Amino acid sequence: MDNNRTAIEICNLSKSFGDKKILDNINLKIRQGEFVTLLGPSGCGKTTLLRIIGGFTEPDSGTVLLDGRDISSMPPYRRPLNTVFQRYALFPHLDVFDNVAFGLKIQGLKDDEIDKRVRKMLKMVTLSDYEDRDISSLSGGQQQRVAIARALVNYPKVLLLDEPLSALDLKMRKDMQIELKEIHDKLGITFIYVTHDQEEALTLSDTVVVINEGRIQQTGTPADIYNEPQNSFVADFIGESNILNGKMICDRRVEFAGHAFDCVDEGFGENVPVDVVVRPEDIYIVGQTSAGQFTATVKSRTFKGVHYEMFVETDTGNELMIQDYNSFEPGSEVGLIIKPQDIQVMKKERVCNTFSGRMTDSTHVEMLGGVWECLPQQDLEPGAAVRVEVDFNKVDMVDNLDDGTVTGEAHFILYKGDHYHIDILSDEGWHIYADTTYVWDKGDLIGISILPKDLRISRSDEN
Amino acid sequence: MKIKRNAWSIPYIVFLIIFVVFPLILVGIYALADADGNFTFANVARFFSDSDALSTLALSLDIAIETTALCLLIGYPVAWILANREFNHSGVTIVLFILPMWMNALIRTLATAQLFNMLGFTPGRGTLLAGMTYDFLPFMIYPIYNVLLKTDQSYCEAAADLGASPFKVFRKVVLPLSMPGVLSGVMMVFMPTVSTFAISEFLTNNKIKLFGTIIQENINSSMWNYGAALSLLMLIIIGITAFVATDERDTEEQGGSAV
Repeated sequence: MDNNRTAIEICNLSKSFGDKKILDNINLKIRQGEFVTLLGPSGCGKTTLLRIIGGFTEPDSGTVLLDGRDISSMPPYRRPLNTVFQRYALFPHLDVFDNVAFGLKIQGLKDDEIDKRVRKMLKMVTLSDYEDRDISSLSGGQQQRVAIARALVNYPKVLLLDEPLSALDLKMRKDMQIELKEIHDKLGITFIYVTHDQEEALTLSDTVVVINEGRIQQTGTPADIYNEPQNSFVADFIGESNILNGKMICDRRVEFAGHAFDCVDEGFGENVPVDVVVRPEDIYIVGQTSAGQFTATVKSRTFKGVHYEMFVETDTGNELMIQDYNSFEPGSEVGLIIKPQDIQVMKKERVCNTFSGRMTDSTHVEMLGGVWECLPQQDLEPGAAVRVEVDFNKVDMVDNLDDGTVTGEAHFILYKGDHYHIDILSDEGWHIYADTTYVWDKGDLIGISILPKDLRISRSDEN
Repeated sequence: MKIKRNAWSIPYIVFLIIFVVFPLILVGIYALADADGNFTFANVARFFSDSDALSTLALSLDIAIETTALCLLIGYPVAWILANREFNHSGVTIVLFILPMWMNALIRTLATAQLFNMLGFTPGRGTLLAGMTYDFLPFMIYPIYNVLLKTDQSYCEAAADLGASPFKVFRKVVLPLSMPGVLSGVMMVFMPTVSTFAISEFLTNNKIKLFGTIIQENINSSMWNYGAALSLLMLIIIGITAFVATDERDTEEQGGSAV
């Protein structure tokens, strides 16, 4: 079989529910026989994408191609795809055999053919002798197997799986992961698998598609995604990581945590701010401080079974997470080494907040759904469209919502070694980014105020 | 002293004894006694030789079955449309269908009879069936609507996913899953229609007598024992219907709504 043939191609797909944009211009190619995982936090749009492929949700724009044929307007019952639903959706009025045989009976196959295929499929999911059982008498894991058999018995071109293992307990989930992988290898059917569990995605997939806020963040093999995250969201979402602010001094030389390191990245330019990711297992820790590139003090230590997890404070005041087989006493001075190939440098998505607004008078600007006091602007008439820049660390976050000019909630929080980078989603739907040393939790309501002197206002080029 | 929890049920037990158990025993005693109070099967035997009463019972069953069938035929599609979010976005429509149930059935029936009269329909079997169907339709719609509303949409999606056209989704999934509601509806329409009397009088100007009418006439003319025997037979018929329907529903296993 030609394994480079494209089975599913998604072009410029967008979908909104009301005002909320669920999917924003998704483009994706899935090869024949590939095990692809759509991975992202809940509400990122991954399930909607799967439902659009299955035909249960109509996209606002864009197309879905199956073997090069546009199936966007094809109703689900005509699509040669089958789905394993999150809650299985097994028919409660039918027994195991009739559930699995449902699709074949619809196709009008002969009884003995149906019988043969259903029994073969039940044998594959190790549920022989369960033919006459009621669905309600099965355990979660058994129902899961019936759901998989019911979908696969139709020999679909593509199998869609919507968080199929999320209802199972940990042990059974691990077992089913192995079984799913075996089934995939045996049948060679294209699997599109939706999950929010990054470990599951890394274990099962040929290709992982990381989705957040309706956009594809990164597509790649599990190793690519883990070792070369393209932005801080992916780095934070996949596995444990130290994400730090850094500066690209020149090609192959980067500065972070107050020290300069050799690295393998180039092409960023000179003295460009970047995000740096170092995985906790990639920091080498030595007892002799002189043997390290820089020194640190061990702050805490937790035994994790295979390794120890230690938090250290570097000589420049950054906190790093380190995983190592050797244990170091909290309080002890250690030397740290980071090898060039273990440093992943990422372009910063933004270096400061940029808002568009409008002057209401010479000392007030309207933006983000509020009116803000600013320094007197002589050359900007009221009503003028302006661009406002605010540094991350100048955004003041307060508990008391009445003290803020606008309010919002903590949407995404990233720990950067010595401060938190918080993405605040304002009530009006704007993103405001702030750096703070205070601890906030996701979902906390935050009042936002900015000092007049910290608003950098310039006439907008737009209009 | 602490009152035992069982004690709370005493008022209800007393109520049940006075208004349910005692009357039932009385019906039984009267049915199996002659005018002097002696034990006899004569009343029951009289019914089986009373061709008039037998044919009225047959007619009653016939009318009840037809009414139930008509209610089901009209009620199921209505319930399906009401439960379908594509067609029905608000709860207003369902309230409009339930609204007539808030009114006294006799007043409603009188109004219906007047309406038929005004439209010039001859009172008879036609007006009886139409009026009774109108009267009992909400009792059919509501339980079916309830079950359909609670039916998980994912079953329909799963069926469509497996290649079932919308019609096949309905026939193979929606219909079987809504059977508990259908059974509830059938019981709630069949049981009151088989024993009705006043409604048939109003709707047919007393032209058609149903079994309930005969019981009422017997009791009104102080023929307590025969009236009681007929009531007992009616009870047995209703009991059998309820028993069969409940049994059927148990074997369905899928928990529907028993309104």
